[in-house]
Formats: sequence, C-alpha cells, structure tokens
Amino acid sequence: MRAGETNRHLTGWLLASPLTLVLIFFLVLPIAMIVVVSFWQATEFSIIPAFSWENYDFLFGSPVTYRVFGNTIKYALIVWVFTLGIGFTVAYFLAFHVRTQTWQIALFLLCTIPFWTSNIIRMISWIPFLGRNGLANSALISAGITDEPLDWLLYSDFSVILAFVHLYTLFMVVPIFNTMMRIDKSLIEAAYDGGASGFQTLTNVIIPLCKPGIMIGTIFVVTLVMGDFVTVRFMSGSQSANVGRLIQNDIALLQYPSASATAVVLLVTVLMVIGILLRFVDIRKEL
Amino acid sequence: METRPRSFYVLGAFFVLFLLFLYGPTFTIAILSFQGPQGGLTFPMRGASLHWFFDLFQQQAVGDIWGSFRRSFVLGLMVMVTTVIVSVMGGLAFRKRFAGNVVLFYLVITALVIPSILVSLGVGLIFSQAGLPIHWASSGFGSQLTWTLPFGLLIMFAVFNRFDKSYEEAARDQGASNWQALRHVVLPIIAPSLIGVALFGFTLSYDEFARTLLTAGSYNTLPLEIYGMTTNVTTPVIFALGTLTTAFSLVIIGVFLLTVWSMNKRRAKQGSDAGKGMV
Repeated sequence: MRAGETNRHLTGWLLASPLTLVLIFFLVLPIAMIVVVSFWQATEFSIIPAFSWENYDFLFGSPVTYRVFGNTIKYALIVWVFTLGIGFTVAYFLAFHVRTQTWQIALFLLCTIPFWTSNIIRMISWIPFLGRNGLANSALISAGITDEPLDWLLYSDFSVILAFVHLYTLFMVVPIFNTMMRIDKSLIEAAYDGGASGFQTLTNVIIPLCKPGIMIGTIFVVTLVMGDFVTVRFMSGSQSANVGRLIQNDIALLQYPSASATAVVLLVTVLMVIGILLRFVDIRKEL
Repeated sequence: METRPRSFYVLGAFFVLFLLFLYGPTFTIAILSFQGPQGGLTFPMRGASLHWFFDLFQQQAVGDIWGSFRRSFVLGLMVMVTTVIVSVMGGLAFRKRFAGNVVLFYLVITALVIPSILVSLGVGLIFSQAGLPIHWASSGFGSQLTWTLPFGLLIMFAVFNRFDKSYEEAARDQGASNWQALRHVVLPIIAPSLIGVALFGFTLSYDEFARTLLTAGSYNTLPLEIYGMTTNVTTPVIFALGTLTTAFSLVIIGVFLLTVWSMNKRRAKQGSDAGKGMV
C-alpha cells in the first residue's frame, strides 16, 4: 500500500517533469531575476549589481507612474465592460438560439478564425478604416453626419479601446459559451414554468450559472489589457501610455533595473486582481 | 417549422454585426493590398495590381521577410511538437493527484496570466547575466513554451475530464500493461484532440510577438519583422504581407481541420464492429 502511494507520486512527477522544468527555467527564474534586478543600479552603459531602493523611490515619487497606472486601469475597466457585454450576447445567441450542434460549431469556428492571424496585422488593418481619409470618415461625410473628417477616430483612446475589444472579445466568448453549453436546459424550462419572464430567467438563472465562465473570461481580458504594450503604441500613435509602454520605454533606453521595478509593481497588481477574481471561481472545477 | 421569437432576430443581427466587426478590417487590408503601384495606405484604390506582392519578393525593399518567415515556421514546428508531447505527459500526470500538484497547477495558471513582456524581460535578463547568447531557438523557444504549454495543458484537462475510463479498464482486463493501454487505447482515442493542441501550439508560436521581443536575438521572427516594418514602411507592401500571412494561417487551419475530419471518418468506418459479429 505504502509502496503504491510513493509510486503514484513518483509517476506523477516523472510525467510532469518536462512541464515543471520549462516553467522553472522560463517563468520562475526569470521572475526572480526581475525582482533581483529591480534592486540594482544602472548607469548609461551598464547595470550594477548593488542593492538600492533607488528604482522604487523614483517610481513611487513620480507623478507619471500614477497617471500611467490610472490609464492602465481605465483601459482594463472599459475594455472589460465592452468585451463582457458583446461576449455574453454572442455566447448567448450561439448557446440558446442556434438549435443544431453543427450550426453552433460552424458559427463558433467562424468567430475564432480571425484569432488565428497575427495581432499586429489585425491592428494595422484598422488604419485604413479609421484614418483621416479612411472608410469611416468618408462614410460619415457622405452621409452628411459631419462636414470634416473626425480626427479622434485614430490615434486616440477611442482607437486603442476599439482595437482591444477587437482583439480580445473572443477570450470572453469562449469561456462563457463553454459554461452556457453545460447549463441543464430543464432549469430554464423550470424557470419559465415557475412564471419567470425571459429577463428574470436571464438574471436569476442564466447569469449566476455563467459566473465561472465570466470570471475566466475576465481574468484573460484584464491581464491581457494590463500587460499590453503594442496595441497602445500602435493605436494611440504613441500618444497614450500604459504600464507596458512604460516598461518598454525603459528597456529601449537599456534601463533594465528601472524597467524591472515597474515590472514588479505591474506583476503585483495583476496577481492581486487575479487573486480577487479567483475567490469567485474554482478554476480547477471548471475544466 | 415553429416560429422563432423576436429576440432570435435581434440577437442574430447582433451576431452578424459582430462578425462584420471581426472580419471588416482584415477584408479592408486584403483589398488594399491589390493597390496599383501608385496606391497608398488608404482608399481610394489607385488601380489594381499585384505590384505589392511582387515587391515582397525583392529582398532589399523590405528587409529579410523570407528569412524571418522560415525561422517562424521552424520555431512554430518546434513549439508545436514540444507542446503536444509535454501537454500529453502533463495531462496524464494530472489524472491522478500527486504531492504538490496544486502548486504546479497554479504555476501553470500564472504562466498563462502573467504579462508577456515580463517573461520576455526576465528571460532576456537571465540569458545576458549568465553570459548566454539569446537566440530564437533557445531563449525565444523557451519563452514561447510558457505561453503554449498552459493552453495545451488546459485542452488536455478538458479532454481527460470527458474521457471514458472504461475503455482503458477493458484493455487492462484483457491483460494490457499500462504502456500498452496508453499506446493502443488512450492515445488513439485522444488523437483528434492532439491535433487541436498542435494547431494551438503552432499558431500561438507563429504569431507570438511580446514574448519573443527581447528573446529572439539578432535574427527576427516574422511577427518581429512585421513590427519593425510598421514603423518604417509606408507602402501597401505591409498589407500584402498581412494578406499573405493571413492566407497562410487559413491554409494551416484548413489542413488541420481536414486531418481531424479524415481521422474521424476513418474511425467511424473502422471503429465500431457492432452488428458485424457472428449472427
């Protein structure tokens, strides 16, 4: 009996060892390295392994930090609201209004295809759409809605958020659709039989049962938006910044200790958000 | 046929709008990539030609596109094979609880949610401090695995949660060893899902940008090359490249789907011997 026990743990670890090794070498050690380097000093040419609070002093003493973190959280919240609204509606349509499984799979695949192409290509494809001479402006002018091209369509918070929603809504659709497909349809019938209206069924039955999917989608969207630096750079025309951009700027200037300190603060923020979200859902049970 | 409620049409319209939103921009650049030689990055079209596609093949015009494509393709295959093997092993490991499995599980979740730039920065720092050269096939490869392995493992969890263990038990009752049961029963049953893991591994790697940014070294992968182009190329040649890579991704998905479909068909033909017994 005892031998069987040891055997089980040993087999488990043997099978999981490649996974564990990759994660230790390319996740745990690098994060530890970032934490260490965040306490180092830097000159213009090199980084010096000497302990100092300098980077954090500078980071927390600078008004830019607070503005940029504020901006990061603003993007995350707005994008979350939109992706949740759109993602839930799309998943609801697929799960409850499309009747045959073949159609469900076909329409679902149709949603996932754009996801398989390069993010950067999908970002730059907004430029001919939103630019001064873009399709959106020509359409608005010829419809007589505006006289002049709208400048805020591209290189603005608007275009940043639009691109985020475009890139990440699918991360909301997939987990919500997944939980919806597992809802026992008789529960919904029971709600109707009990005299609930469509809206009451939605708020009292479907939404509570979809909570795990919503949480998993939220975790994806929030972490992707908070860590992003490419979308913000492209779509704001380098006019707005979030934390990712701040880190990237430091890296470009070879200020690794300062980049690391910002990275540590970002990491702590993200892990805190995840920690709170995980209180609402047992992720292992949902797989 | 019974009539559908009005909400069906409202939601259906919403769904169509969503699809237009998803596909619209990509279609726009696909059309614009056929601009004439005088054409710019926006409408109106100035003639129609394949000029910008030909331009892609003139190496000096836009950097080392084909070299970066080749590297991305090889790296994608490396990541794909590794992801399939490691995810299957990980999935098998997690079928039974072992000491420390919860810690490992949360490590996987951390790998999934951690901002990509942190992995990129950390791996870059480790390699530079250890005096190792960064290269797409070493540091870049490892960084990408921290992103593809969690996805692969989550798919394996989903697969094994729906796996009917009685097939395996039947094999054991017939005297199969653990390895034989795995090799001849479990793996063939999960094979179509492994195609899904492979597809995920390849395309996630092929498009990966942030985790490769500081870990690829002096030879760019394709997404890095495209990223570089966006800052200094102002002709539709970049749209032509976008159209080509999108088409390439679609071909890859097509091939994978076709493989799954033919595997399922073969299984349907050979799998069940119901009604073919001695009657």
